[in-house]
Amino acid sequence: MLEVKNLDVSVEGKKILHEVNLKIRHGEACVLLGPNGSGKSTLMQTLVGNPKYRVDKGEIIFKGKDITNLLPNERIKFGLGISFQHPPAIRGVKLIEILKAIINDEEMIRKTAKKYDMKDFLYRDLNLGFSGGELKRSEMLQLMLLKPELSLLDELDSGVDIVNLELIGKAINELLKKDLKPRFRDRSGLIITHMGSIMEYVRTDRAFVMLKGSIVCSGNPEEILESIKENGYEGCVECMTQN
Amino acid sequence: MHDTELELNERALKAVDKKASFGEDVDISRYKGEEQGIERINKADRKKLLDVGVQEENRSGSYLQFDNSVVEELQLQKGIEMMSIQKAMEKYDWLKDYWWKAVEVDQDKFTAYAQLHKPAGYFIRALPNSESKFPVQACLYIKSDGIVQSVHNVIIAEENSKLDVITGCAAGEKTKDALHIGISEFFVKKNATVSFTMIHSWGESVVVRPRSGTMIEENGTFLSNYINMRKSKSIQMYPTSYCVGRNSIARYNTILVAKEGSKADIGSRTILRGEGSKTEMISRAISTGGEAYLRGDIQGEAPEVKGHIECRGLMLKDKGFICSIPELKASFKDSDLSHEAAIGKIADEEIFYLMSKGLSEEDATAVIVRGFLNVEIKGLPSLLDKEIKRTIETSLRSVL
Repeated sequence: MLEVKNLDVSVEGKKILHEVNLKIRHGEACVLLGPNGSGKSTLMQTLVGNPKYRVDKGEIIFKGKDITNLLPNERIKFGLGISFQHPPAIRGVKLIEILKAIINDEEMIRKTAKKYDMKDFLYRDLNLGFSGGELKRSEMLQLMLLKPELSLLDELDSGVDIVNLELIGKAINELLKKDLKPRFRDRSGLIITHMGSIMEYVRTDRAFVMLKGSIVCSGNPEEILESIKENGYEGCVECMTQN
Repeated sequence: MHDTELELNERALKAVDKKASFGEDVDISRYKGEEQGIERINKADRKKLLDVGVQEENRSGSYLQFDNSVVEELQLQKGIEMMSIQKAMEKYDWLKDYWWKAVEVDQDKFTAYAQLHKPAGYFIRALPNSESKFPVQACLYIKSDGIVQSVHNVIIAEENSKLDVITGCAAGEKTKDALHIGISEFFVKKNATVSFTMIHSWGESVVVRPRSGTMIEENGTFLSNYINMRKSKSIQMYPTSYCVGRNSIARYNTILVAKEGSKADIGSRTILRGEGSKTEMISRAISTGGEAYLRGDIQGEAPEVKGHIECRGLMLKDKGFICSIPELKASFKDSDLSHEAAIGKIADEEIFYLMSKGLSEEDATAVIVRGFLNVEIKGLPSLLDKEIKRTIETSLRSVL
């Protein structure tokens, strides 16, 4: 589904990602763990094509096609979707306008908005004055309507209370068709999390650990999270130096 | 009560060369005062009229003026009077008591001109306790070339009445260089509400100098909406509200697009003279290469007054300018006056965000610009609100 090969990325001349390699298979839910500032969000922004993030080397292959130089909207049309950690507020633009741009089906919009407790926000200015939980629910609602083949989910569990976290967890499970047997799942996800709290609600197949702009470890999500909980990310640093 | 014609003329004569405080100077003598003889309304005219909101349905009255001739004066609802100012002058002797009471006759050469040359114009009056079911429309249209269109309007909302007015201004294809002088005097009586929506679409051929004043009595509300999305050769206005009554309110909303070659100088001024009176001024300006001044002036002259100026500008090119000039004056310790202004460009972050939701760059820009101009106007009937949104929407395409 997605293959990131030897990716180097810089922002305003500063190198952030080095030699990132990562693979996500068809129907697979992966989690990307790492401390603050390790480059997780940079990877997300690069995958979706934020022009501020420059690819110096390497390539991004999605569904067998090199998308490294595609515009963000072209990547979305091709099957990618993202929910941001800090979506910007846009004055005068109503949430419903964006939802209508995603799917031209008002009934579906209303139904889905109700499900994610966002009905009262449809005619509010986009992200303006939204609380942490409301921002994440709004981003999730957009993804639920977009139904991307690969969802990039950036820190959905940060700044969110337990009630919202549960709701968001449910949404992710629905988005990734977790109710189906693994071999019938045709949607993939890359879930970024700093502390792994979302993993209590969403079962993932594989975990990656990012440190200082590189993927340093991958494996069983429960095992990795447990080790991070025990030894912190310092433990990962130590583990690296041992190798 | 009223000044005699002689007194007014004397004052006007002294002001015939008096330059306006703002805007480039205009040599009025370059323009002919007489009309050119009105042809029939052709298709092109009709299209332009439609663009500025002139329609045949859902109106409580209608006034159409071509150059300096009255083409239509229709009263369509009981309790809401609509007629030409000449007819009103003949009908109501007391109209003299309102003449030059909200605007100074010797303010500048433009007011002086309007006094010294018999102007056309409209008279609208909501009788006590009456309410306009639909907006009353007035349209000022310039069809000839090289003329001065001079207008003097009086709008009165009697006690406890509610009046909505929409006015559209445009010029025809033959007009290459013309001057519009428009005097508008509003009187909002006790507990009355007036909304006045003005759509300017004068284009690159008309120099525009409106002079408006509003007297607002106790608990009265005046709501002024100004929309100008087309190129403006030269336009300068500084409508002024006098909140003379206790708890009276004046609200201004301005939406302006300054295209390349446009010179627009738009202000809003409120004199808060009544105890507890309030004002709010909201402006949005986009420059796509043109020059725009947005002025706001609140003069607090009574206790417990409240006022706020909000101005936002969006520069879409490295050409032209947007200049925001707010002024506040407070005279009592419990005054509450404030202003905020911000001029910037469209944030790259916002464009990228919308693109990452699947919108193309052009669509994302359009959505953001539309949102920027989407001012929520308080207290406007939904019909008018929709009309304003439609006007903005149809003009937006030519902006981007």
